[in-house]
Amino acid sequence: MSRPTPLRDVHESLGAMLTDFAGWLMPLRYGSESAEHNAVRQAAGLFDLSHMGEIFLTGPQAGEALDYALVGHLSALAPGRARYTMIVNERGGVLDDLIVYRLGDEEFMVVANASNYEKVGNELKERSKAYDVVVEDRSDQYALIAVQGPRAQEILATLTDADLDGLKYYAGLPGVVDGRQALIARTGYTGEDGFELFVANQDAVPLWHALMAAGEPHGLKPAGLSARDTLRLEAGMPLYGNELGVGLTPFDAGLGKVVKFDKPGDFVGRSALEAVKDDTPRRRLVGLVARGRRVPRHGYPVTKDGAVVGEVTSGAPSQTLGKPIAMAYVDAGVESGLAVDIRGSQEPMDLVELPFYRRNK
Amino acid sequence: MSNIPDDLSYTKEHEWVAGLDDGLTVTVGVTAFAAESLGDVVFVQLPEVGSTVEAGDSVGEVESTKSVNEIYTPVGGEIVEVNQVVVDDPSLVNSDPYGDGWMFRVRVEGEAEDVLSAEEYKALTSGES
Repeated sequence: MSRPTPLRDVHESLGAMLTDFAGWLMPLRYGSESAEHNAVRQAAGLFDLSHMGEIFLTGPQAGEALDYALVGHLSALAPGRARYTMIVNERGGVLDDLIVYRLGDEEFMVVANASNYEKVGNELKERSKAYDVVVEDRSDQYALIAVQGPRAQEILATLTDADLDGLKYYAGLPGVVDGRQALIARTGYTGEDGFELFVANQDAVPLWHALMAAGEPHGLKPAGLSARDTLRLEAGMPLYGNELGVGLTPFDAGLGKVVKFDKPGDFVGRSALEAVKDDTPRRRLVGLVARGRRVPRHGYPVTKDGAVVGEVTSGAPSQTLGKPIAMAYVDAGVESGLAVDIRGSQEPMDLVELPFYRRNK
Repeated sequence: MSNIPDDLSYTKEHEWVAGLDDGLTVTVGVTAFAAESLGDVVFVQLPEVGSTVEAGDSVGEVESTKSVNEIYTPVGGEIVEVNQVVVDDPSLVNSDPYGDGWMFRVRVEGEAEDVLSAEEYKALTSGES
């Protein structure tokens, strides 16, 4: 039985098609997912992301505990700022990708993927035992609503006095939105400017309605997981379970820069990652653009002259490019003459560097 | 509730069939229910005109943002016409599934697979939606 979010009734009243995702009952789309995708690129979209996990670390050694538990240098983060980072196992395999917010000198919030947050919470508790810190999984207490797109700031500004102009990308601050306490973060997963609002469960429904009312004149539409997936794919952002997994290190995924070897002290996975950091990965993560109209999908083989040289990790039709696109791991050095085996047919693909889409700033 | 016209026949695989009564040539498409479940259709592949098919064969595919579904023919015979318009504009499957979104026409030879009446198809889809 899938768990509903606090916004389930709202989704149903909007006619959403609901789907099971990582054990949660989530809106896949409300109407046309293409229209939702385009709304986020051109105006704004409203997302329910309450399935994400929120794990808090509080105490004088919270930063040190995270430095040991994660690959990033979190104790160096200024209060009010956020970082993209990862948690790996002793072998350097990625257990999850995370965003860590420093809420105060002694308080951090770790946002983990829905499919992983229990595992991440347990690992953080285990890895923090030697530190003066309390680890608490508060995922059940928080809803997360994201407003994403070029009009996001205008829309949110009608509901809050918070200094949105002063809020940098990858920063978060507590504020009041429509009379409700929220953590307002300038983060997202769409390739657009936008905000993620962490609120108490009981505030989710009124906040959603307030954002819809404020946003509709600006073209804001509710957007589901289908649009979220095509938006993040165009933006070249990895998805755990597709581009990232326990069988890969951050270096394999081309994200080695998140590993901070120069931070003080040991961290889980350090020796394994130091051993491979200068290796040339056998495969690299690239973008593929289809010349035809058939869509390469997760798990399909990438071929060259009939030989398998890689595998698609994510694929979808791109609204923005007007062609099917994919992310794929492809053997190092292979750049041309590529195809994807789409149900027995070799469909030609052009290799491009990621991302497919970058917003104009 | 999806539109399910009374004057068509249906398959469990969510195709509609027109013209079964005259027994000569039938027209096949996918239902509004299927189109809504698929989401925005981005690619349609149809059989070749002149090819011979058997009832129950997979003869094409409909691809949407999130999934791929095969199209089956509920009757055997010769493919006499395909709808190039829907190949060029797959969004017609969503916007006009029983009209310009039709898929192909078969000159019928032999018996049709089990087909459903509109009432039976309504019962089937109300259980799935």
